[in-house]
Amino acid sequence: MGGLGRVMNPVLGGRPEGVSTLHFAMDDADGVDTRQRLVVVGNGMAGARVVEEVLERGGGDQFAITVFGEEPHGNYNRIMLSHVLAGEEHEDDIVLNSHDWYADNGVQLRAGVRVRRIDTHAKVVHAADGTATSYDQLVLATGSRSFIPPMTGLYRSDDEFLPGVFGFRTIDDTRAMLAAAAEHEKAVVVGGGLLGLEAARALQGHGLQVEVVHAGTHLMNQQLDPDGGAILKQSVESLGIVVHLATRTTEVIGPDRVRGVVLADGRAIDADMLVIAAGIRPVTEVALMSGIEVERGVVVDDQLRTDDPDVYAVGECAQHRGEVYGLVAPVWEQARVLADLLTGTDPDAEYHGSRTATKLKVAGVDVATMGVNRPERDTDEFLVISEPRRGVHLSVVVRDDRLIGATLLGDTRKVAFLTQAFDRGTPLPEERITLLVDLSDGAGSSDGREPGVAELPGDSQVCNCNGVSKQDICDTVASGCTTVGGVMDRTRAGKGCGSCKGLVKQIVEWAADGDVVEDPAESWYVPGIPLAKPALMAAIREQGLLSVSAVFAALAPGGAEDAKSKMGLTSLLRMIWGADHVQENDAKFINDRVHGNIQRDGTFSVVPQIKGGVTTPAQLRRIADVAEKYEVPMVKITGGQRIDLLGVRKEDLPAMWDDLGMPSGYAYGKSFRTVKTCVGTDFCRFGLGDSTQLGIDLETRFQGIESPAKMKLAVVGCPRNCAEAYVKDVGVVAVGNGKWEVYVGGAAGATIRKGDLLATVDSPAAVIELTGRFLQYYRENANWLERTYDFVPRVGLERIKHVLLEDGEGILADLDEGMQRSIDAYTDPWGQDGRQPATPGQFRTALPLVDLPKVPVR
Amino acid sequence: MSVVDQSTTTAHVVGRVDDVPLGEGRAFVAGGVQVAVFRLRDGSLHATQAACPHAGGPLADGQTDADVLVCPLHLFAYRWRDGASTSGAAPVRLFAVHEEDGQLVVDV
Repeated sequence: MGGLGRVMNPVLGGRPEGVSTLHFAMDDADGVDTRQRLVVVGNGMAGARVVEEVLERGGGDQFAITVFGEEPHGNYNRIMLSHVLAGEEHEDDIVLNSHDWYADNGVQLRAGVRVRRIDTHAKVVHAADGTATSYDQLVLATGSRSFIPPMTGLYRSDDEFLPGVFGFRTIDDTRAMLAAAAEHEKAVVVGGGLLGLEAARALQGHGLQVEVVHAGTHLMNQQLDPDGGAILKQSVESLGIVVHLATRTTEVIGPDRVRGVVLADGRAIDADMLVIAAGIRPVTEVALMSGIEVERGVVVDDQLRTDDPDVYAVGECAQHRGEVYGLVAPVWEQARVLADLLTGTDPDAEYHGSRTATKLKVAGVDVATMGVNRPERDTDEFLVISEPRRGVHLSVVVRDDRLIGATLLGDTRKVAFLTQAFDRGTPLPEERITLLVDLSDGAGSSDGREPGVAELPGDSQVCNCNGVSKQDICDTVASGCTTVGGVMDRTRAGKGCGSCKGLVKQIVEWAADGDVVEDPAESWYVPGIPLAKPALMAAIREQGLLSVSAVFAALAPGGAEDAKSKMGLTSLLRMIWGADHVQENDAKFINDRVHGNIQRDGTFSVVPQIKGGVTTPAQLRRIADVAEKYEVPMVKITGGQRIDLLGVRKEDLPAMWDDLGMPSGYAYGKSFRTVKTCVGTDFCRFGLGDSTQLGIDLETRFQGIESPAKMKLAVVGCPRNCAEAYVKDVGVVAVGNGKWEVYVGGAAGATIRKGDLLATVDSPAAVIELTGRFLQYYRENANWLERTYDFVPRVGLERIKHVLLEDGEGILADLDEGMQRSIDAYTDPWGQDGRQPATPGQFRTALPLVDLPKVPVR
Repeated sequence: MSVVDQSTTTAHVVGRVDDVPLGEGRAFVAGGVQVAVFRLRDGSLHATQAACPHAGGPLADGQTDADVLVCPLHLFAYRWRDGASTSGAAPVRLFAVHEEDGQLVVDV
């Protein structure tokens, strides 16, 4: 059912209410299913992958498949749980196989049912719900669970942690931690391996103070050598995470809930959350109870068979040739071999173990490791490049001219080539150092492409999460799919943990080219019209296309509309035609249809214009009255020096605007937003110029101007920068003697960039003129949704200066005219649509049955 | 895809065709169920569940073309043809909708 969140613990990948499926069983004429019965115990990544591989080989006709899963959920990508914890991914986005998928493929999913034991003589599975299920072939994929080191006071009862203690293994663990993170301030994470560090970083991102307690002498000791671990520690500590090494947590301080922990050396740490990520252990109880041979894991042979000929084991619960794997790639290999065997596709298929290579990002640091991490014989070559200051530590181990191990920390640009050399034993360069760095003799990757993409063998795996090879990607490109996004959609490459996206992009570019380097679609202004911006603007002007539907009819392939192109075209047409543009409400994004910013619960925000952040008591009183009259759930001062009324019902918008009697502040559009100002010269002791008035004048002139992306400005009266002008799309700084500096291309959002100094001018009028020219140049030349902080470096500051300061292209008069046309076309949308709706039901609610607001009132 | 059992649906008049401007969507209640009804520029009518299966966004506020509906909150797209998401979300539920003497009739 997804994210409506009515149920306390919704089933991940569950079915929408009211959907039912008609089953057409593959029965023969007698109504008897003659297929063999395949039972999979475990619905994690390994179990579900086996089922997928079996189905892919036509196994749906051979087997009636039943999958037991202890969790109630569909199958999800466990690797991504740390991203969910970090808030980077929504839990719905990590679903690999929803309940629907099982139903659609005729697989019976027994979700939320634990298997107790298997009677291997009678060939029956006994589950905790009392059912007995017969099988012909059985696969154990019970995975692993968190290892819980012994500590005093950890448990409240036999089976229940003290409140505030969490494992980190399942989506339910993750949900519980997310809920707790919102309420607590201090967390201790036990375990300084990959999972522990990811948990620590994620919790820190929720504002918690985090300390990591690690029993080993260096972080990630499974993967890194001590030097690498020391550098990682430095990087982690620079993020503000405290690390305690070579000590254990011996006691949890309670008694009602977690209050802190005590370390082996006697130190105590206050904490209200304790996360245990000290490694994993195979889950082997079912195998043990069933009399199947277990050592560390369930012992299997090269055909993944246990000591019972009809019982197999795969994944983290399986022990093959003494190895228990905890990575996804070996699990995929095992699933393929097992599916070959079960379906008879290759009756001689064998699994011979995996060479494990991993590439990941831990606590913001790129890490890639493969094979051994230090030399083992006197004759082994060992090359190390260590740059502690940059947090970079690179090493390779070479034996008999073959790569047997590599560790890359902080810089993983060489991982593609090294993985290939490691997997295939391909020849190594004589100059070993080129394994780790590109030397500055021009042989390096000055074109930004990794050396080695072309040389990668076709069957080398690019996406380890979804088992996509280079050949799969090349085939998809060859079949005509030439966008990176398209290839990712089709192959699922890069849709797991995402760490291979860069490599996928390189391979797509390599496979798609010849001479063409760029995917043509990337140069299109909007995805639905195959024209770059200059050609699109020329065609619109030449053919006099005044509306979005006219543009589609004239310029789109087959005249077809494209939903995702409409917003960009509306903006472009308004810029080109000004008041002559023929409006079409369906071509606008909802924000532009109703002149407010849509919120997560379908309500809107109302931000009246407060020019330069200067308001009056009368204005404030009116805003207060309106907020009370319409029971506005939240009134918030914005970062743009305005007042935001949040949680407003769509149907209330026109009346609110009318009561406010203030123009729109355009806090919702891809348009000119605000001009922040400091108090300038009127009151400030330090002010060198009247920044407040200049800010108001700028906003008065450019209010509501649409653009490829939002434009945020600021003016400050001295270089103390109280209104943050250095990090604005256009920032103006008074520097004394009547002079003003104009900065462009600054940013302080997801990207931080100090603006580039475009010019120093000597009057407010000159600031306004130059600002208008820059904004118009940006409007006419930037890509859709390209902010100035990307636009300015792309075009180059020198070129922009050449055009705007020296009229190097002779277009200044055109720029001024174009901007003036837009300024003349300005109307306050609140005054306009508030009186007479643009279309019937423009302000009708779109969610009539949902109680509003769903976002909690503070 | 799953086969939706349609044998038990009932027709509901939810409003007039003119209530839905060309190219836009509007939300209605049909037999106690929230539906979003869309009238595309080619004149065709479509109806879906009103809340996006991804995060509950108001689908009637979304943008459309001949192939897909795009939710306004996170831009997940759903195909008219079968309700499947082109962006990896759960599918959206579709309802049959047609015009009768200027009235919008939705089968729920």
